[in-house]
Amino acid sequence: MNQAPDFQAMRRLSADIRKETTRAIGAAGFGHIGGSASIADVLAVLYGGAMRIDPANPGWEDRDWLVLSKGHCGPALYAVLALRGYFPMEWLKTVNQPGTRLPSHADCRKTPGVDMTTGSLGQGMSSAVGIALGNRLRGRDSYTYCILGDGELNEGEVWEGAEAANHLGLDHFIAFVDWNKKQLDGRLEDICRPMDIEEKFRAFGFDARTVCGWDVEAIWNAIQAAKAVPGRAHVIVLDTIKGLGVQLAEEQEFNHYLNFGPQEAEAACEEIDRRMAAGTYPGGDFKW
Amino acid sequence: MVTLRDSIQVAPEEMRHAYCNALIEAARRDERIVAIDCDLSNSCGTKAFRKAFPGRAFNVGIAEQNGCAMAGGLSAAGMIPFFHTFAVFATRRVYDQIFLSCAYAGQNVKIIGCDAGVSAAFNGGTHMAFEDVGLMRVMPHVTIVEPSDPVMMRSIVPQVAETPGVFYLRMPRKTVYQLYEEGSSFTIGQAAVIRPGSDVTLIAVGMEVVQALRAAEQLAAEGISARVVDMFTIKPLDTDCVCRCAAETGAIVTCENESILGGLGSAVAETLAEHCPTPMEWVGVRDEFGEVGPQSYLEERFGLTAPHIAEAARRVLRRKG
Repeated sequence: MNQAPDFQAMRRLSADIRKETTRAIGAAGFGHIGGSASIADVLAVLYGGAMRIDPANPGWEDRDWLVLSKGHCGPALYAVLALRGYFPMEWLKTVNQPGTRLPSHADCRKTPGVDMTTGSLGQGMSSAVGIALGNRLRGRDSYTYCILGDGELNEGEVWEGAEAANHLGLDHFIAFVDWNKKQLDGRLEDICRPMDIEEKFRAFGFDARTVCGWDVEAIWNAIQAAKAVPGRAHVIVLDTIKGLGVQLAEEQEFNHYLNFGPQEAEAACEEIDRRMAAGTYPGGDFKW
Repeated sequence: MVTLRDSIQVAPEEMRHAYCNALIEAARRDERIVAIDCDLSNSCGTKAFRKAFPGRAFNVGIAEQNGCAMAGGLSAAGMIPFFHTFAVFATRRVYDQIFLSCAYAGQNVKIIGCDAGVSAAFNGGTHMAFEDVGLMRVMPHVTIVEPSDPVMMRSIVPQVAETPGVFYLRMPRKTVYQLYEEGSSFTIGQAAVIRPGSDVTLIAVGMEVVQALRAAEQLAAEGISARVVDMFTIKPLDTDCVCRCAAETGAIVTCENESILGGLGSAVAETLAEHCPTPMEWVGVRDEFGEVGPQSYLEERFGLTAPHIAEAARRVLRRKG
């Protein structure tokens, strides 16, 4: 964890996460591609150096923990867990297949490396706060991370959890908000105005900052800055674009859940490679 | 060993205090035990736990959903959380949190619901959990217990603490009768046959156990021999006991301080229908909401008192072949 960060390796990891997520969803034929793509970079930072983990020992008590509160983006988490060696890459082809250990939503009883079951939005915030508190009670210096969707912030429970994290002074709790501006039914602004997310968390006593959500170096630095603030829970708002880096998703205005097959997935993966080679990864010529 | 007291009197200790003292004892033995409250620790009687273990008591405020899912997280990190609030909030308000962050997630969380059924009394229909048992019964792998007196509470709480999994413990929080001699011990999942009988079996739970015992006395005066079973574990049901009672007495009456839809009576009926079809009658709350009033009024209003149980026994005996 204290090694010098290799940002280029994190970028490559994020590209691999996008590719393997796209392939996994393509193999299933359908899935939550938009919000999976927009968290690829933060996952690459967390599992590419920021988190203290041991893929050979997923239950190691002194590890850092991650709760993917936006549990519908399980495929992105599975991709990084497989890439880091928690389980064989072949498993990724089984997402959503009968008997799979990789269900659509994150499930700690089925998948090595998944620290908590999520899928009913809002609950992951609370359970992550509970994990952070439990780790403190057990005398561990572990960090507990939580990735929230921006639409998920509609859930009142998120703010109940924020109150608790603040009241308990959980300074080893770091939440991310994937601020990709879209939820299932449309734009956040049109459905239930989110207001200023960073300011909202700050009003709840959080140490808060916003960074470019696909800039691994910015995410890394934000984590280090958060860790340097004692006594307060932290939030890092990731300014992201839903579907970014996966061309077939970028082409859709609303890409929360798309149907596509293996051939389209491979084309998207080739585009990722092309952008990497051209130095335009992840967004390419995509205009936003 | 279960010993019924010769003379059943009001217990010297309120149920909530018996519970809390038992929890404190368990927590002395296991440092992983923590308490979560939702601004009802005065009512639920857990203030003494906070005094004993100030670093292990967490009042999350009036935020039950968060408190319950936090309990799931605490369990994931290796703690044993006991989550306290009124039964209405402990079940229906946090149903999805119990389901997903506790039960489905395979966690070790204890849900404690106070003010079960008509014992909510002056808090009225808004706070009167009749549906809680049915709700919790349909959730996979949840154990449901309802201790009937403080002695049983002292025996049950350590088992709840030491057995991994999600438990729902419901109770009246204030005055109850003491049914059992100190030192009586009970095993979760094993019903207690507390009065012998051969004509009919009264299977009761919680505060209905004392009513069933009174009904058995009334029936004895009529020459009817009524067996009484304290079915303090509603799930998993002691089906062997139910089938044995059905075979030996040929008639069953269930007695519960909750809705008969989904509660103890439903569980018994499912067992009888599948294994040993036997005439049975239900004593419990019909398809109704609660209402405000003294507990004695509510027991009568919802037909939970001994005369109603005796009448149900007479009815079922007329149906007996």
